[in-house]
Amino acid sequence: MKLIYEQSVAGRRGTQLPACDVPNAAPLAAALCRSESSALPEMSELDVVRHFTRLSRRNYSVDTNFYPLGSCTMKYNSKGLEAAADLMAPYHPMTPLLPGGEALAQGCLGMLHGLGSLLSEITGMDEVTTQPLAGAHGEMTGMLLVAAYHRAKGNRKKYVIVPDSSHGTNPASAAMVGYEIITIPTAPYGDMDMEAFRAALNDETAAVMMTCPNTLGLFNPHVKEICDLAHGVDALVYYDGANLNAIMGKVRPGDVGFDVIHVNLHKTFGTPHGSGGPGSGPVGVKSSLVPFLPNPRIVRKGDGSFAIDRDNPRSIGRTANFFGNFGVMAKAYAYIIQQGKEGLIRVSEQAVLNANYIMSQLKAYYDLPYDQTCMHECVFSASRQLKHDVHAIDIAKYLIDQGYHPPTVYFPLIVKEAIMIEPTETESKATLDAFIETMIEAAKLAESNPEILKAAPVTMPISRLDETKAAREQNVCCIG
Amino acid sequence: MDMYFSKEHEWVKISGTTDTVGISEHAAHELGDITFVELPTVGKSVKQFDTVAAIESVKAASDIYSPLTGKVTSINETLENTPEVVNESAEEAGWICTLEITDPSEVKKLMSRSEYDEYLKTL
Amino acid sequence: MSYCPNTPAEQQEMLAAIGVKSIDDLFAPIPQQLRARSFDLPAGMSEFEMLAKMTALAGSNAQGLVHFIGGGAYDHLIPTAVDHLANRAEFYTAYTPYQPECSQGTLQALFEYQTAICRLTGMEVSNASLYDGGTALAEAALMTLRITGRNRLVVDGGVNPFHRQILETYLEDIDVEIVTIAPRDAACDRAALLGAINDRTAGVLLQTPNFFGTIEELTEIAAAAHAAGALLVASTYPVALGMLAAPATMGADIAVGDGQSLGNPLSFGGPAFGYIATTKKYIRNLPGRIIGETVDREGRRGFVLTLQAREQHIKRHKATSNICSNQSLCALRGLIFLSLLGKEGLAEMARLNRNKAEYAKGLLTKIAGVSLVGSGPTFNEFALRLPKPAAPIVETLLQKGIAAGVPLGEYYPGMENCLVVTVTEKRSREEINLLAKELEVAL
Repeated sequence: MKLIYEQSVAGRRGTQLPACDVPNAAPLAAALCRSESSALPEMSELDVVRHFTRLSRRNYSVDTNFYPLGSCTMKYNSKGLEAAADLMAPYHPMTPLLPGGEALAQGCLGMLHGLGSLLSEITGMDEVTTQPLAGAHGEMTGMLLVAAYHRAKGNRKKYVIVPDSSHGTNPASAAMVGYEIITIPTAPYGDMDMEAFRAALNDETAAVMMTCPNTLGLFNPHVKEICDLAHGVDALVYYDGANLNAIMGKVRPGDVGFDVIHVNLHKTFGTPHGSGGPGSGPVGVKSSLVPFLPNPRIVRKGDGSFAIDRDNPRSIGRTANFFGNFGVMAKAYAYIIQQGKEGLIRVSEQAVLNANYIMSQLKAYYDLPYDQTCMHECVFSASRQLKHDVHAIDIAKYLIDQGYHPPTVYFPLIVKEAIMIEPTETESKATLDAFIETMIEAAKLAESNPEILKAAPVTMPISRLDETKAAREQNVCCIG
Repeated sequence: MDMYFSKEHEWVKISGTTDTVGISEHAAHELGDITFVELPTVGKSVKQFDTVAAIESVKAASDIYSPLTGKVTSINETLENTPEVVNESAEEAGWICTLEITDPSEVKKLMSRSEYDEYLKTL
Repeated sequence: MSYCPNTPAEQQEMLAAIGVKSIDDLFAPIPQQLRARSFDLPAGMSEFEMLAKMTALAGSNAQGLVHFIGGGAYDHLIPTAVDHLANRAEFYTAYTPYQPECSQGTLQALFEYQTAICRLTGMEVSNASLYDGGTALAEAALMTLRITGRNRLVVDGGVNPFHRQILETYLEDIDVEIVTIAPRDAACDRAALLGAINDRTAGVLLQTPNFFGTIEELTEIAAAAHAAGALLVASTYPVALGMLAAPATMGADIAVGDGQSLGNPLSFGGPAFGYIATTKKYIRNLPGRIIGETVDREGRRGFVLTLQAREQHIKRHKATSNICSNQSLCALRGLIFLSLLGKEGLAEMARLNRNKAEYAKGLLTKIAGVSLVGSGPTFNEFALRLPKPAAPIVETLLQKGIAAGVPLGEYYPGMENCLVVTVTEKRSREEINLLAKELEVAL
């Protein structure tokens, strides 16, 4: 397919702008101006519409394909949420920051405050900031809060402990805040080796970061013990909320002992993934960390109205321009009020049921490194298929030909040839059965006709791109 | 010339005055197609097993630890534009840097070729 | 409203296949003492009831405010086709293009986006977008620290105060000195800025047009930065780039900015995107996702995520940044916007902005006691000095449905009588006339 620049013809025009109803201004000095307009495409509106419509048809998406990407929670994005966000689109974020402006933004401020309260109750935390713009951003914000806490207490802390199964954003976020990382290996029971953890934990530990259930889809039975041990050395415990979809209504990280958490609205709370963003990563904290929350905060006054509070001298400052990804939050808020208490409980129960169903039906065909009840996702290994020189990536490419977006492959790093499957609660038994059948077919083909898997995909416009060439040549824009 | 290997898959060739450092064929194979080598600056001092360089492939990134204590005396500049040389010839043309070492007895902590081959079998 | 499709009968079948009696059995690994102490949420509702609630919420905001405010978010026209195309489910319900064969739509669109940013800024390489303009500035600052190995930053006080706060927050726990140069007459105090650049400086950070709307010429500053071995980071307003010189031509090493003005609605401050672009030699230091061109096994052109070894999922704690996502859908909206406006359309939009702002400037400065703060050239924002404190005046005008400007006293001590007025192509002559009339009445 041609690039849009390759279809551009000088003189074509897409959008017509309104006529200018004021006089032309005196021109700026030439030194400040471009000598020539930038080489943006010149296309008719129809050609732009065709181009992007055609491009869109080259994507697999939840609305068109089963998309069991482990760790991503690709649940159905209901259309009502889009309408809800559209209602909130015209409001300017500076309005409540102007003198007398709060009264004019009560709807938006109220929604943000309401979302914070709902998330606090769902997670068992004391207060929530909606500012972080993505999960990783929430992790960084959480680590900044940890650092502020220790600084205020005069603690000398150097290290952050993470399990080796953790998502890369965990150690990366801690490092961005200046901490050194200690990685604990995963024991046969499926989570942090407790002996290694106890040996690594000391007075210089600032925090322990955990995902629960972890990236293997397993609930750590020692999680409370880990929190207690950490608190014993005044280390804080961080909860990566990526897998919250498994435990809503059953477990609240705040009750277990976590001090700071982030949630991913684009995972658990049904907002669309947008081809890779935007997301939103609100951070919840216990009261010990409340003084350090980012500015500005939204508070409810005695008369019930909502106001901006910027008078927090111990705040870590600002992590985003305004209040966070408001449009994403409008969708999450709408999702939560639509689901309600029973709805969210059902979400987690059905997510766990669907994942265990798939696990039970595929364990005869694929190696299961941790053969125990999983939560909302299960991790297989293609090590059995490797004997026929078939890798997880080959199975993934075969699935593409069968109309499935592949599960996550090669994560977590601790499982060789990992295949992580998270069906989510919005998929029907019929869809799961068809997927299971295809996975079984793939396992059989690995033994009988592995070349079919290695040739896949054959039904897509391109097949097996040369990633080495891309990395070595670094051609990232069309030279005009 | 004596060649020694470290547990992290680096090698050093001792040859009297210039000692050369690189990564093993096994390591290059594990990394896959190398896309970038971050060479050290000439004159940099490193202790044994400290990071001296870094290497990237499409799917992985790895630090390279110096097998011995010393000072970097030269770097293999061909790797700047053709990192794939490491895949083609990790233990010859794909050398990374040369060192002026301070303590030859440190080779006690390294393995000979046959010891390294045995070690690879245990992985 | 449940989106869980399986009937009780189907659930029984599945439980039997798993070998358990009930769903509760699947949660058995979770000890009782860890169970939720409360889960006190209101009951759920239908989609229709939810929309009624959201409509009521939206309704309790003031409607139809006339925006003469900016502060980092701008009220611009968005062609209808942007919504129509970005709302295609294949774009918005897809995820990160980790499997390129079924994600060429996303990958090619982001490659085209990277190209658009390079062409606008004059830079050689761009990433696939960051969260917003403020975090993009912070990421660029971190880049200069990594590239030079130094630990000092010189930041012009004319950079958006929120962006500077984000920068300080990002660097709070890292050993870096930030020197902020107080502005003079709504512009960069050149002598002070140049004087602050030394051989420990990693990066010099400026915004043009700055927070007061003044256009800054960067060539001299770029030269001074380079002479000291430092890098110049320029934060620029993308609509202004329809008219103003590209940061690269003025000598900037890294260009950043906020993309909300390009096809993304105000939406109370998010989501939008930030852009970051630089010269080819710094590509390995760019944070975030990057799309690269390549070929497949048949030699057909295609696009992939590339240079992933920089990123957190490979380098973990040594990554260039912890960032995992980009703002894909918002960047896509930006690309569609730029494609519809096109080369000449963006230039025309820039002219409209400036014409209207200059018209407003002329009217407002005719009011007794109202003067311009600086004398430098401006684009679509300018700073006014009133004969009395600006905050109460802005409050009065807000009650009449006009957001007249951003009072500066909160951000710049000594400027309590000043405010920044923003005029985009959406402001009509009538609205501008009304602003002038009401301001005169209020004073």
